[in-house]
Amino acid sequence: MRKITINPVTRIEGHAKIDIYLDDKGSVADTQLHVTQIRGFEKFVEGRPFYEMPSITARICGICPISHLLASAKACDAIMAVTPPETGVKLRELVHCAQMAQSHALSFFYLSAPDLLLGFDSDPALRNVFGLIDADPQTARAGVALRKFGQDAIEALAQERIHSSWIVAGGVNAPLTAAARDRILAGLPGARALAGRTLEQFEGLLDRFAEEIAHFGSAPTLYAGLTNPAGTLDWYGGLLQFKDPAGGMLAKDVPAADYASVIGEASQRDSYLKSPYYRPLGFPGGEYRVGPLARLNVAERLGTPEADRKLAEFRQRFGPVVHGSFHYHYARLIELVHALEKMELLLADPAILDTHVRSHAAVNRLEGVGMIEAPRGVLIHHYKVDEKGAIRWVNLIVATGHNSLAMNRSVAEVARHFVHGAQIEEGMLNRVSAVVRAYDPCLSCSTHADGTLDLEVALIGADGQVLDRRRA
Amino acid sequence: MADKISVRIDGEYVAAQQGQTILEVARAGGKFIPTLCWLENLSPVGGCRLCIVEVSGVGRLLPACTTPAQDGMSVTTNSEKLTQYRRMALEFLFSERNHQCAVCVSNNHCELQSMAQRLGVTNVRYPYSFPKMRVDASHERYVLDHNRCILCTRCVRVCAEVEGARVWDVSGRGIHSLIVSDMNRPWGDSKTCTSCGKCVEVCPTGALAEKGFGVEEMVKRDRKVRRLAGRRGGHV
Repeated sequence: MRKITINPVTRIEGHAKIDIYLDDKGSVADTQLHVTQIRGFEKFVEGRPFYEMPSITARICGICPISHLLASAKACDAIMAVTPPETGVKLRELVHCAQMAQSHALSFFYLSAPDLLLGFDSDPALRNVFGLIDADPQTARAGVALRKFGQDAIEALAQERIHSSWIVAGGVNAPLTAAARDRILAGLPGARALAGRTLEQFEGLLDRFAEEIAHFGSAPTLYAGLTNPAGTLDWYGGLLQFKDPAGGMLAKDVPAADYASVIGEASQRDSYLKSPYYRPLGFPGGEYRVGPLARLNVAERLGTPEADRKLAEFRQRFGPVVHGSFHYHYARLIELVHALEKMELLLADPAILDTHVRSHAAVNRLEGVGMIEAPRGVLIHHYKVDEKGAIRWVNLIVATGHNSLAMNRSVAEVARHFVHGAQIEEGMLNRVSAVVRAYDPCLSCSTHADGTLDLEVALIGADGQVLDRRRA
Repeated sequence: MADKISVRIDGEYVAAQQGQTILEVARAGGKFIPTLCWLENLSPVGGCRLCIVEVSGVGRLLPACTTPAQDGMSVTTNSEKLTQYRRMALEFLFSERNHQCAVCVSNNHCELQSMAQRLGVTNVRYPYSFPKMRVDASHERYVLDHNRCILCTRCVRVCAEVEGARVWDVSGRGIHSLIVSDMNRPWGDSKTCTSCGKCVEVCPTGALAEKGFGVEEMVKRDRKVRRLAGRRGGHV
């Protein structure tokens, strides 16, 4: 038995390494994705007043703090037993769309586009966003502009681009001004044009990646995502749906408070990342995926015209349920189009400027669950408090965690297809990392841990000896 | 007039009344001396050591808030040496407990934070203690977070001198000192607290805050409390 270690995996959010075990013939016997950090948010917040939780848990992530703010604020709403005012909810949805746009732009343009546009086998020294700027400045500019648009919109709404304190228990703490609305509206047409053009460019590239599409985690799994009862995707207020690999409904309209009836969590011996599973099927049989691809598989429709048109094309091309993890990129771009369309719809509603945006209450329930769709998938915050509002217990299930079983399986699939022999080829190494990247994992979120982002691959022989070790 | 004195502050002669502290004289003369534990019309305690000044002929630095001005005294309120010591005092405060500005209800409205900015504290040179401190959320309307307390005792003094309830006191010694209510009972169980909120309004940090205020939302309004303290004649 020999072992290859990829450490660190780069261009992901968080720390990880991959071990690949080879048998005596040099074929892949097993793989393991290790998430190598721990942060302890669930523990150190014990004793804090519950209404501080949105801002504290937002610090889990610098890319999707809005997701944590929203899930946490919804859990706080449940503890206070209040429904935020209609405009408060709309503003939360609006900032959520802005965050989806900037996060998806980050994932596609900054992290994955170097693989897709420069090639998996291109020079690793140039296979990054700077290489992309040199090789394809127009695409790089589109990425920067789309991310800037999303971040600008977040700033216009929430006063700060990262770790805003605008989203609070009960709603948001300030209404939207007409000037801020107009500032966002002014940037929307340009952002929509860029997103549409990028999606078309990506559709044209797909034929180049036939082998990757076939082997990038294409095994069928269950899928989970949030939709309204009619089946329309609802990132903010949807109910949890589980579908089987054939698209049949397994669990319909599960409210946030009942998440534990369908989701169990298994701890892994060699990773700080827990592995959630669909409880009725047990562990590890209940493996499922979340995120852009899972959402498109679960939802009947997205609910905005242009995105639904693109979804129809996607389904026509690849079928009603798409298993290939490579298509996370495709799904992400369709969602980018949807986010921008939805922002336009929300901003067109005159009620968006209403000044009643926050409900106030003390502790009315001792337990609350908040559930939303983060850019990377379903995010659940579950808090228990004492009667004075001090946090007693916390459980966070973060998007990347749901995908951990599937990511591991995808890594194995890619390694089995692309890795042969004791010597690591750079292209093989990059494909193993790239399949992890397709999921756009946020490992710092999923372990609620701190640190920078890296991934490492190790090649381990049959005798357990590390034959080769490389950083991606 | 026998009670009139003349004091030299940073080289300028300033007329003052007998019994005034150096801080009062200097502020009347438009001089800035940083303070944290001092609050207008409450009795001064000289606890935070930010208002230290140099007095000619005295070998040590003296707190301006508790040192009476004397006729002919020559005082230096700002110098490189004083700035160094004041920064050091602030750094000790930051290192002693868990001051996480980013997730504090008083972020951007905190006297400790703004004083650190004003005095140019860009980093803390001493190791953080990271003590495990309690949060007392037992009161119906307010919360006490010991992590953010700098032991300025404004709460102790305002409760005793203005409200007259004497809920607060300091237990322990040195680094183990802790603000306690009613002989160390949970605040919510206090028989003496009138829930007036004066302690919350005068607290310079987020240690005492109203419940339900999210991060950056807790803005203290101590003007009325100071005016009320002045009407009662101040010190007791």
